[in-house]
Amino acid sequence: MPSSDYDPASLPDLLPLYYRRLFPFSQYYRWLNYGGVQKNYFQNREFSFTLKDDIYVRYQSFTTQNELEKEMQKMNPYKIDIGAIYSHRPNQHNTVKSGTFQALEKELVFDIDMTDYDDVRSCCSAADICSKCWTLMTIAIHILDRALREDFGFQHLLWVYSGRRGVHCWVCDEAARKLSVAARSAIAEYLSLVKGGEETVKKVVLTDPIHPSIRESLSVVERYFSQYALHEQEILGRKESVDKVLALVPEDVRKDLQQSFQNEKKPETRWKLVKDQATRKQATAKKGQHFEKEIMLQYCYPRLDVNVSKGVNHLLKSPFSVHPKTGRISVPMDLKELDTFDPFAVPTISMICEELDRPRTEEESEDTKEKENEKDAAEKRKIRDYKRTSLAKYVKYFDQFLDGMARTWKGELLRKSDLQKEF
Amino acid sequence: MYRPKVRILSNLSMEVVNNGRGTPCQAEQENKCPLYDKVSLPELVKNVIVYPRLLNNPLCLAGLSWGQLLHHLIGKMQFGSRRKKIDTSPQTELYGHALQFYVQPPLENISLSEFETFAVDRVKLLKTIENLGVSYVKLSEDYKKKLWNESRNLNFPYKLEASVKDEKKSQIGQDEYEKRRKDHISHFILRLAYCQTEDLRRWFIQQEVDLFRYRFDGMLSDQKREFLHRNNLQYNTITVEEKKSLREQLVISSYAVSGVTVESQDFYKVPFQDALDLVRTRKVYLKAGYVYIPHQDIVTIVLNDFRTRLSKALALTARSLPAVHSDERLQPLLNHLSHAYVGQDYSIQKNVGKISLEQIDSLSGKSFPLCMKQLHQSLRENHHLRHGGRMQYGLFLKGIGLSLEQALQFWRSEFTRGKVDADKFDKAYAYSIRHMFGKEGKRTDYTPYSCMKVILSNPPSQGDHHGCPFRHSDPELLKQKLQFYKVSPSGISQILELVKGMHYQLACQKYFELTHNFEDSNFSLNHPNQYFIESQRVLGGGKDIKREMEAPQRSQENSAARGSTAAREAAANASQDLAEMTEDLDSFFQDA
Ligand code: SF4
Ligand SMILES: [Zn+2]
Repeated sequence: MPSSDYDPASLPDLLPLYYRRLFPFSQYYRWLNYGGVQKNYFQNREFSFTLKDDIYVRYQSFTTQNELEKEMQKMNPYKIDIGAIYSHRPNQHNTVKSGTFQALEKELVFDIDMTDYDDVRSCCSAADICSKCWTLMTIAIHILDRALREDFGFQHLLWVYSGRRGVHCWVCDEAARKLSVAARSAIAEYLSLVKGGEETVKKVVLTDPIHPSIRESLSVVERYFSQYALHEQEILGRKESVDKVLALVPEDVRKDLQQSFQNEKKPETRWKLVKDQATRKQATAKKGQHFEKEIMLQYCYPRLDVNVSKGVNHLLKSPFSVHPKTGRISVPMDLKELDTFDPFAVPTISMICEELDRPRTEEESEDTKEKENEKDAAEKRKIRDYKRTSLAKYVKYFDQFLDGMARTWKGELLRKSDLQKEF
Repeated sequence: MYRPKVRILSNLSMEVVNNGRGTPCQAEQENKCPLYDKVSLPELVKNVIVYPRLLNNPLCLAGLSWGQLLHHLIGKMQFGSRRKKIDTSPQTELYGHALQFYVQPPLENISLSEFETFAVDRVKLLKTIENLGVSYVKLSEDYKKKLWNESRNLNFPYKLEASVKDEKKSQIGQDEYEKRRKDHISHFILRLAYCQTEDLRRWFIQQEVDLFRYRFDGMLSDQKREFLHRNNLQYNTITVEEKKSLREQLVISSYAVSGVTVESQDFYKVPFQDALDLVRTRKVYLKAGYVYIPHQDIVTIVLNDFRTRLSKALALTARSLPAVHSDERLQPLLNHLSHAYVGQDYSIQKNVGKISLEQIDSLSGKSFPLCMKQLHQSLRENHHLRHGGRMQYGLFLKGIGLSLEQALQFWRSEFTRGKVDADKFDKAYAYSIRHMFGKEGKRTDYTPYSCMKVILSNPPSQGDHHGCPFRHSDPELLKQKLQFYKVSPSGISQILELVKGMHYQLACQKYFELTHNFEDSNFSLNHPNQYFIESQRVLGGGKDIKREMEAPQRSQENSAARGSTAAREAAANASQDLAEMTEDLDSFFQDA
């Protein structure tokens, strides 16, 4: 199932099929409606579509799931972005008095893009990824997921593969959706460690003592560092990459290490030499010598696009949108299987459309019979449809995620009705 | 005498009851406004008298329209029915403490001249705070000393340790009383002037918060307690058991705490939203959405309270002003005031079209500050700049006189040399450039960035070339760059010394002096466009711009004209609502 099977030129033919028979509308609506706890939550949500020839249409909004469905089937967007929940219906934004149309809420989102790691990966560059550098995403998710849950207390985190070279995180807790811009940017900065642009060599500088949250992150990086950085990226292999690493240590240490590296080629041993130097420094110098840790973090710590997280009105590519270049579906990721997640195994639109044409197996038809009575025919067919494709397992995971959230809606709705009784 | 009357309507809007005969007003004939110094608030509100010709004279009207009138609106709005009670509470009670939370607006009658001095002095104080914040570490000894001096010179409270026990006016002394009164009133006046736009609000809040922090820091600890008590500021502390179980984390999370002191200190547990400054910088222990703040850092929570209340108050104020705001006669005045207060913004383009695209390379070598040189070079090298760079550099170019057509041509020709084709450029980037020129959306947001903005906001990250080299480059790289630009070794070490002390603008000015062979530049650098103008001045009164310009300019104009037709067409096609969404679009398209 290589992605080379996918041909961007086929997109206009495949999209109608995808939106008609495969896109999980009911889950999608269930998500964005958030149990109907707040009025007009879905109705005031902005969607934005990218159509053929890069035509962008912003400020789309829909009153019902049905309307959303019809519209998407009509427009067949190449890409779907989700924006904020506004004070008014986004599609009527130019009929309200200017200044009153405001973005009120949105999930707290994170965007991690492999291109931001170009200075620390040697396997690929720009939009390309491979299984080697994908480890960076795995590390990033482990680190951020822990911090968002344990430090910030969020619970409903939806991680989504972007379809090409990165991942997105949607923090869906009610508290997260209501965060101010200032709070969003503070969170993003709390989670950012790699600082500086092209004019900065040393991008991680740790404080002393090291903050508990960074310690946790370090322990994640430690699990991967040797295999990933030393062996796969060979950061202590070729001269240029060695120089890059050594640029991050204090000058006197650099000389020593350059010396000792001459008769020592094994990456593990070289790394041990670096660590030994650091230990020695820590014993003698004043506080704050953590250069070996700083190196590890500069090479592996997640790099966030802070601007995406900051804005309430920033748009982000929607789950289950198709990536027009690779044809891959933007699928939710089950973190229980994070370490084996393979971006190249994520189904492309051409693949799942093909799977639809496959003759049905016995088992599948059995499965559908049971539910015959519960749902109306169209809905039934749709369920049957996506279940026959490799999209099924991602939709199933999405369902689980939504079940988790639904438990909090129930509580919220109960609380509301109790309140009402009191009055 | 011509006296159009303005009536305050119940919904707080104004209505001009009688305007219109066009007779020159008394004040103009006499060359002074007869109301000056005389108006009392109740009279003003009952019977606002607007001298139409004087609207062109901001100085006089500053007090009248924007000061007192609006001030009264605020007072009314916030206090409405409770007014009576406040009226009876003595003002001395209000000034019992040198530090104020500014909960109650002043309700006394104030002369317009006092209004004006108060306002201007506070602006001066806030400007000082802004400048100090860039040149010095906040709350360092130098910072505190300078601010102490400025407070004293401008007659604001500066003896923060002044006793709080004696609360009566007679005991704090008339002098101190006047200072506190000035502090109180001037704060409220500026709320009116600075509530109008997002940018002004942000600026004002930032400076006020810094001022508050400085003052709070200067108090003794029992004064702080007294202050918290007086203002009803109470925060949750954690239990001894909880402290024990978190002991290690608490110690390694904040510098202020050691294993020994953790025992004796109170820790406050508050939602992380209430201590964003500590969260942002990872200077506090954070668990399940709560931060644990040692008593010594309590200022963070107090400041947060202060900031939140102030920003709410400003939003409220802004909403009560639409009538004034939409009064087209008042608009120029308000603009004038806010401009005067945030300093020259270099967006006024006297010199549009005086520069040709061919000149940019040579000008960048001679007269661009390092930050812009850096952007120019990387644009030429990579044929691309990321969003942050495009904004910083694009607005700078606009400020030195590029027209919209030139800018479009400039960016298009460079980008299309890289990976972007003309079609994609027009779709994804042309909007944002037109936006910079105020052709879309609101103009005010798009003035060239000041040094402060470059240095403090939106730091560069992976792939970015924007920012201030003195602030955002590794010293080693900066050194190489300076060597490359042939700065002498002694000059380099002077510059690096300034950088080390975080005096980035001074470092840049030193660089200016060294590269222009100009010993004592008599300006104080705070804007990249100012750097440019000063440089041109030194290099011959800007003559070389004009000289070099003559020949290329003509061909330039032709091509610019051609470019502009396309641009205009595109702009015409863009529907009305496009204007509003461009700002969003711009971030949406960031390096898509
Ligand atoms: S100090 Fe100002 S002008 Fe100088 S490089 Fe920095 S931002 Fe540019
Ligand atoms: Zn790779």
